[in-house]
Amino acid sequence: MAKKKTIRTIPQERTPIPVQAPEKRVENFSEVALGYDLDNTLNECERCLMCPEAACVPGCPVAIDIPGFIQKIIDKDYRGAYDVVSDANLLPAICGRVCPQEDQCEGVCPVGDTLEPVAIGRLERWIGDLAIKKGWANLPHIEANNFRVGIVGSGPAGIACAADMAKAGCDVTVYEAFHKAGGVLRYGIPEFRLPDDVIDAEMKNLTKLGVKIECNTLVGRLFTIEQMVEEMGYDGVFIGTGAGTPRFMEIPGEFLNGVLSANELLTRCNLMHAGEFPNYDTPLHLGRRIAVIGSGNTAMDAMRVCLRLGAEKVYCIYRRTKDESPAREEEIEHAEEEGVEFLWLTAPTEILDDGEGNARGMRCIKMELGEPDSSGRRRPVPVEDSEYDFDVDMVVYAIGTQANPIIGQTSKLKLNQWGFLEVDENLATSMAGVYAGGDIVTGGATVILAMGAGRQAARSMKAYFGIRDSGVVYGDAGERNEDALFGIGPVEKNFARLRLA
Amino acid sequence: MDQDSNVKQDESCDLVVPPREGQGVDVCKIAAREDFSDVTFLLEISHPMMAKAAKPGQFVIVIPHEHGERIPLTLADFDRAAGTITLVIQAVGKTTKEMQQNLNVGSTVFGVVGPMGTPSHIGEAKKVICVGGGLGVAPVFPQARAFKESGAYVIGVVGFRSESLVFWKDKFEGVCDEFIICSNDGSIGMQGLVTAGIEAAVEKHSDIDEVVAIGPPIMMKACAETTRPHGIKTTVSLNPIMIDGTGMCGGCRVKVDDRMKFACVDGPDFDAHTVDFDDLMNRLHRFAEDEKLAVEKWSETCRAGT
Repeated sequence: MAKKKTIRTIPQERTPIPVQAPEKRVENFSEVALGYDLDNTLNECERCLMCPEAACVPGCPVAIDIPGFIQKIIDKDYRGAYDVVSDANLLPAICGRVCPQEDQCEGVCPVGDTLEPVAIGRLERWIGDLAIKKGWANLPHIEANNFRVGIVGSGPAGIACAADMAKAGCDVTVYEAFHKAGGVLRYGIPEFRLPDDVIDAEMKNLTKLGVKIECNTLVGRLFTIEQMVEEMGYDGVFIGTGAGTPRFMEIPGEFLNGVLSANELLTRCNLMHAGEFPNYDTPLHLGRRIAVIGSGNTAMDAMRVCLRLGAEKVYCIYRRTKDESPAREEEIEHAEEEGVEFLWLTAPTEILDDGEGNARGMRCIKMELGEPDSSGRRRPVPVEDSEYDFDVDMVVYAIGTQANPIIGQTSKLKLNQWGFLEVDENLATSMAGVYAGGDIVTGGATVILAMGAGRQAARSMKAYFGIRDSGVVYGDAGERNEDALFGIGPVEKNFARLRLA
Repeated sequence: MDQDSNVKQDESCDLVVPPREGQGVDVCKIAAREDFSDVTFLLEISHPMMAKAAKPGQFVIVIPHEHGERIPLTLADFDRAAGTITLVIQAVGKTTKEMQQNLNVGSTVFGVVGPMGTPSHIGEAKKVICVGGGLGVAPVFPQARAFKESGAYVIGVVGFRSESLVFWKDKFEGVCDEFIICSNDGSIGMQGLVTAGIEAAVEKHSDIDEVVAIGPPIMMKACAETTRPHGIKTTVSLNPIMIDGTGMCGGCRVKVDDRMKFACVDGPDFDAHTVDFDDLMNRLHRFAEDEKLAVEKWSETCRAGT
């Protein structure tokens, strides 16, 4: 047995991740962070202290057994490591890339008290990428039951719920309004942060579980939630339609051409390949000098897409400072390196017209931070007589989203005052058998939180159906069962592999 | 085919077939095509679920092929019994020209999504004028029929440049109590624009409850100005540029009553007297350069191919 690791014996430096050089990467859509190799990975794994009561596990919204999978990597049982991760998280290659780990698992890692925390996200990504390369899929023994489950939306919440329900033996169909599955992973997050191949591979694992995906299906309008339950024979429905509807500011000039939402910009580029116009038919008409309003992850994505498509100058306009910025630190750093100019403490007051209906500039006002507001952040207050104009020919709004109205318009489900679906602590909506989670409940949040909600809704739906969770071991059921091996019943999740072994 | 019975059949709403079974190989297949002129053509597309769900005033998004764009087209008709939806398309841009060239009976469209948008409100109006011009002639038909079925007295007013471009005359006459064709050159019906037709109808009937006008923005604007002095409620169906059609991108935002509305989810029907048509027309030119480039490039490759 190896000697117990202590904070002094582990590698002190966090293993750096190789990245594409900024000047090179602004000219392509390939991934920025290239990912760990095996040596990087093994080195970083050595930095985990294997805490007996690991803080990182509850720190993860889907409670991955983090020390468990790291130990498997150290033992060189990579397949085993993938199984540990994918028991909790269907999409490790995606979450390893897009989770805000600094606020979750890595944020509570005790190594981080003295040194940089263990790079859990990078390790998760490594194991996820390896699984894609090797074609691994974590397919438990599934015993089919007679329940049919309909999932509305193929984004992170929907697919997490779909996977859990399929594993529990239900007949699951996922409906997607776009012509390609993946939701925000597909239309929202750009290729250089999350390549399409990775999404395709992770989606394929979903279909391997028996999940059917129906694209080009707008639930609410093609058929309603009520029809799914009453006429189409769905015993349970999960709604994960995302937030979606972009916010604008109601300042003059918002209707000018050249003004658009980040959702529109990203959808045109990511889903519709507007960057490859006219080989793809969707245009974008990129500006030369572009101002992006907002400083969240979506804003960073929008700015970095613009740079890659050839914008001369990209500004980030944010009314607070870098410290209050909601984007991941790494994303801000990457955007800075690539040449985005950040105008902190600046708020737009008007978008200026060129006389022909196009944006030609922007009027902004300087802000300063005043007393903390209800969110605990210091409230920005305008500085008198500090207005100034500057030239831009494209303005992108990335200031958050509101609830999408379609489900509300077409069903009797109860909504809250902001138009989001109202759910109880089990994510049950006001209609029996219908659950909801992700941005359509919480408003704009992260991929992993949506996945967590999808899994929670799946637990509730299983309880509603009276299905025993596959993670629960039932007394001596295994011994009585003739198919049992080593006292482990076939309901156990790894039974299929056990039998193969 | 007796359209009326098809629509009424929906009220009993027999079992909605889950798409898995309903969306067999035939979904999105072109069931029929008819060419009205060198630019205008009709497509009937198989989609039984959509035919069941469709209501007047709604639209669909068509993605012709994998590299294609998503274009919004207002439903011109739907046949619940046959399981088809009908689109009438004018080949004006690259995508629509390409559709005109490539889509024939038996070919399949990459994707059709919908029905989208809030259905038209067919209220208690007793006497209505349904106005269609250019692109809008076909989509105003389901509304005229719905008003007829609700018991209203329907006056149809449609505009064409000349007699050779006229289509669906019989269909309109079947659901309209009065039917006025306006033509620019006077070769059929009354000479003049649809606004002249509206004026004539308003003069004859003092008790018009509502006018529904669908067509190019400039025509809808003119209709709004024609009815404004008479104080007649006027509804228009707006056609801004869209991508998703589900309220997600905000590309279709229109200025209505000085507020921002999304045509795809708040509309496409709006009160014509509150719509800012100049704003709509400006926003429709947003990609003018790109559209021109796309057509040029496409024409070149077409020539190269032949």
